[in-house]
Amino acid sequence: MSDLTSAGSAIGGAPVAGDGPTPDAPGGKERNASLWADARRQLLRDPVFVIAFVYVLAVGSMALFPKLWTSQDPRACSTDRSRVSPSWEHPFGFDVLGCDYYSHAIYGARPSMVIAVMATSGIVVFGGVLGLLAGYYGGWVDAVISRVMDIFFSLPFLLGAIVFLTVIKRQNIWTITAVLFLLAWPTIARIIRGSVISSKDLDYVHAAKAVGARNSRLMFRHILPNAIAPMLVYATIVLGSFVAAEATLTFLGVGLQQPAQSWGIMISTHQVYFLDDPWLLLFPCGLLVGTVLSFILMGDALRDALDPKFR
Amino acid sequence: MGRYVIRRLLQFIPTVLGTMFLLHYMTSLAIQFSGNPVRALFGDRTPDPALLAAITERLGYGDPCLDQRGNPCFGLFLDRLQNIFFHFDFGINLRQREVTDLVADAIPFTLKLLVIAIVFEAVVGIAAGVLAGLRGGSFTDYLVKISTVFVISVPIFVLGLVVREFVGVKFGNVLRGQDWIPDVISSGMFSPGFKPDYPFASLIIPGMVLGAVSLATTARLTRTSIMENIRADYVRTAKAKGLTNKRVIGVHTLRNSLIPVITFLGVDIGAAMAGAVVTETIFNVPGIGRLVTMSARTGESSVVVGVVTMLVLVVLLANLLVDLLYAVLDPRIRYE
Repeated sequence: MSDLTSAGSAIGGAPVAGDGPTPDAPGGKERNASLWADARRQLLRDPVFVIAFVYVLAVGSMALFPKLWTSQDPRACSTDRSRVSPSWEHPFGFDVLGCDYYSHAIYGARPSMVIAVMATSGIVVFGGVLGLLAGYYGGWVDAVISRVMDIFFSLPFLLGAIVFLTVIKRQNIWTITAVLFLLAWPTIARIIRGSVISSKDLDYVHAAKAVGARNSRLMFRHILPNAIAPMLVYATIVLGSFVAAEATLTFLGVGLQQPAQSWGIMISTHQVYFLDDPWLLLFPCGLLVGTVLSFILMGDALRDALDPKFR
Repeated sequence: MGRYVIRRLLQFIPTVLGTMFLLHYMTSLAIQFSGNPVRALFGDRTPDPALLAAITERLGYGDPCLDQRGNPCFGLFLDRLQNIFFHFDFGINLRQREVTDLVADAIPFTLKLLVIAIVFEAVVGIAAGVLAGLRGGSFTDYLVKISTVFVISVPIFVLGLVVREFVGVKFGNVLRGQDWIPDVISSGMFSPGFKPDYPFASLIIPGMVLGAVSLATTARLTRTSIMENIRADYVRTAKAKGLTNKRVIGVHTLRNSLIPVITFLGVDIGAAMAGAVVTETIFNVPGIGRLVTMSARTGESSVVVGVVTMLVLVVLLANLLVDLLYAVLDPRIRYE
């Protein structure tokens, strides 16, 4: 039993569960060529991935510890400084209300990142479990879950979000996360379902079943590790598109509302001043596009690194 | 083919009902958790209770099940389905105008915008994809690759804002300063927003912005599919027969390679409708999309729900037609 299990997980990638104890796989250290070790080595050599990763780390640290980046208070405003151009002490200048624009941009990273991370972890867990169940059990379970997914797919994302946020009127981080989660989980579920179906008939799964492994063990120990790579790629890209979606909804007037600080609010408030002071628009747009671009590039690099066919 | 069509049509009915129910349940949940949406119309003022009750009743938010959290309100759903499918009634706005009327006024602009967007993305996307696919690794190939990643990562509203300000205002002002340029171009095509005097010319740039998002996907799809087909046996046979390169590419390869692209363009109509909400808001086009945003901003939820329901039905129909068209185009598609 233990031999078979370790064989199965070695194919799927043993270090999935961190550097967990795998005492019955003594060859693991010397070999050191699991999918994940290879991928890590390839990614660290890829300059595009490293730059994108550093950028995302920077934005993440803005969201977690804004004090690291600025000592200014974005709420200390004075209208006689309205729209003063960038200077050495105030690198982004002042916005229309005379608040320091740089600190607003730093504090504005938090809502976007929090929404993106919460919604993405939600769809990974929920969509992942449903996709796993649909792919593993097949039959009527699959039929029901797939039909439900079809229904969610046929509702265009932006339209559904606008309806929900208009009617609920409470447009805060939680409701935006909820609507992003609700409308986006089927994509992850479909990806997982596909890869579960393709790997559930492999020999090592049959072997594990033959020695009497339970369904849950088969699913989580043997099948899921193989399905994780495509999910990871997609989740990275989804993080970027959620950051963009939050800004789009805010821009349309159904997302975060004024006293809150976010890049979407910065862009929609200052779009009319573009001709006089283009930097009021270019700084938040640049930060937003950079973040989305970094997530997409990271996803692309991960896909290449995790697909053995590209080696 | 016949069986496929029938099965696809049968699948269509539960999907439509399911999507409508999803929309209905989302709205009901939102009302149950945040209270009567009519109150939003009064802002900070306390409304006269009789007036509030009258508007609530008229807009169909009076049902007691909307006070019970989590109740799916099946009765209300059946009423709505009846109104929609038997009376073609999608609700009314606050001034007692039918949503169908509002949409009828707005739809010509949205249709024009969609046609411009789809034509733009089809022509430019396929041309770029073919150029990149025929010479993999060339300069064009890299150009297409890089520009697609870039276009995907710029949210459409950022792209729209920047294009409006740089092309519509700055570049347009330069053009408007020259006397020899006809008005259609200087103040029609390069205007920062929609102009009723130039109903077609002033929609060209908004349409291109709308098309730009899917342009990248179209180009990538064409590129991959050309690269696959160019190595196929029938292409080699065509070349071996001594056909000209033009004919091999234009007739033999392209026809087969375009099947997935056409499917994508069909499905993209739905995405473009959602994208039109953003583009029309930015360029001030009085179409359906701006109707949705304006009603969302003023809190007229009955209009938003009505219009979105209608759009979703159109999207579902478009998807159905694309699937059927796919079966006609590609004889390999068989059910079973």
